[in-house]
This record gives sequence, C-alpha cells and structure tokens, in this order.
Amino acid sequence: MAVEEQAESAFNIFPMDQFVIRPLFGGDSMTWYTPTNMTLWMGVSLVLVILLLVIGTRGRAMVPTRIQSIAEIFYGFTYKMIEDINGKEGLKFFPHIMTLFTFLIFANVVGLVPYAFTTTSHAAITVFLALSVFLTITILGFVKNGAGFLKIFWISSAPLPLRPILAIIEVISYFVRPVSHSIRLMGNMMAGHAVIQVFAGFAGALGVFAIFPVVAIMAVYGLEVIVAIIQAYVFTILTCVYLNDALHPGH
Amino acid sequence: MAVTGDLVQMGALIGAGLATTGMGGAAVGVGLVVGNYLSGALRNPSAAAGQTATMFIGIAFAEALGIFSFLVALLLMYAQG
Repeated sequence: MAVEEQAESAFNIFPMDQFVIRPLFGGDSMTWYTPTNMTLWMGVSLVLVILLLVIGTRGRAMVPTRIQSIAEIFYGFTYKMIEDINGKEGLKFFPHIMTLFTFLIFANVVGLVPYAFTTTSHAAITVFLALSVFLTITILGFVKNGAGFLKIFWISSAPLPLRPILAIIEVISYFVRPVSHSIRLMGNMMAGHAVIQVFAGFAGALGVFAIFPVVAIMAVYGLEVIVAIIQAYVFTILTCVYLNDALHPGH
Repeated sequence: MAVTGDLVQMGALIGAGLATTGMGGAAVGVGLVVGNYLSGALRNPSAAAGQTATMFIGIAFAEALGIFSFLVALLLMYAQG
C-alpha cells in the first residue's frame, strides 16, 4: 500500500502506517522466509495459546486454579457451540474449530496491546483461514454426501418455478462465503485500529483540548476489546454454520 | 487559486467517500437484528438465551455487507492504477 504518498497536513494522521509489514531484523528485502513483525506477533499469540492450554491442563485439579478455569471456559464454550449447531456429529471437527477460536481470540486481543501488530488486520491471514474452512467444507461435503451435497443449492421446500432462480442465488452466496468470512474479520480489525490512530492524530494538534480525543480513544478502545472477542466468536460460529451444510446438506 | 492535482485520484477519493455511505445500511441492518432480538427476548426471556448465537450470526451477515463498502473504499484509495 502506498502509505508514504499521503499528503502532509496540519494533522499528522497516518492511520494505515501501523499495518505496514517490516522485516524484523532491519533491511529492505522481503522473501517468503524473512521474519517480519507479522511473524513475531503471530508467534506471540500462538505461544500464548499453547501456554494457556499447557499450563491450564497440567494440574487437572478438581478445584481449578485461575488459569485452569480459563482453559476450561475456552474448551467448554467451543464444545457447546459445536454441539448446539452441528450436533454430536460435528465434534469430530472440535480440534480445528478450537484452534481457530483460540488463535483468533488471542491474535485479536494481542493486537490491541499498544505498539503491537495486529496480524488479523491483514487479508493474507484471514483469507488463508477462510479458504482453509471453505475448501475443507466443500471437499468434506462431496466426500461425505457424494452428489447429494448439491442439494444445498436446490431448495426443495420452495415452489418449483422459483427453484432455478434460488439455485443461482445459492451458488453465488456459496462462493461469496470465503470473501465475506475473511473480509469481515480483516475489516473490523483494521477499521477499529485506524479509528484509534485517527483520534490519536487529532490529540497532537489540539493542545490542551487533547482531553476530548483521549476520552474518545478510551471509549473506542473499550469497544475494540468487545469487537475483537465478538469477531473471533463470529468467525468460529460461522465456521460451524458452514460445516453444518457439509454434515447435513438436506436441512 | 489554481487547482492542481490528479483528476483520477480526485475521482477515486470522491468514490471512496461515497462508499462510506454503505456503512449506514449496515447500521440499519444490525440495529434491526438486535432490536428485534431484544423485543422478542423481553416478551419471552426464558427462550432468549438459546437464540443469542443466532443473533450474532444475523449481526455478522448484516455487517458483512457494510464491510464490503469499506473494502471498496480501501481499494479505491490504495489499489488504483
């Protein structure tokens, strides 16, 4: 993105500068193996997930410690979510969905730490995650149901003349799914951080009245914490809903 | 005062500004979803807890279309040419 080409103005607002990917150890050249700030912060969120689950399950106490109860909340929440939407059959996919949920919630929340880099604000990450879900579900649907998977495009409860039209709409909406699935997460993360940055730019120019943008930043930051958690939840629950098509295409 | 600059960029920036009006549609959609959920939940609070997940799915679908307009604005601002 051409961030450097933005015009200079009285307000030094560069809301997109925080999303620039830079090599971690200096230098300009970037290849696929270069460690960047993206690599660092993805690693941080992965390590946090692993630490939470390893330390949380080490004791296996009857009366859980604080970390163990947090790990149990994550486990129980994901388990109940899959069971509610997909039934017992969906629990085979528990590892995939639990991985998505814990990684996203940690990546989103770690991104809110000042000076941290938000990995999920890049379409490269979210599109990859959404495509993995999309491909899994499409392949699984055909392997599990054969040609019967195509029933999700042919709505048998609708009147017969309407069905071809609905089929076209259903096919389009099926292929838009990975787009909306990924862009929703990336857009929410990027927009929130850009808003905070814009308010921070106001604060520098207003002198003593900087108190107003500061209060606004606090409010937006609180909203962003909620959005970070809700978007991880929404991404996961939509994965469950899409998975339901592969498991029960007739419904 | 002479006006200088790139006409294409002007058009792109105006288009990006216009694209933000899509946000209003998302706001109306999310408001409708949550408002209807709340009015239903207050009539029958015992059934409300089971429908929270459905509400979030509804919010996500309504919001996605608003995010698309944001995406169009971003593309116009940074990915032209």
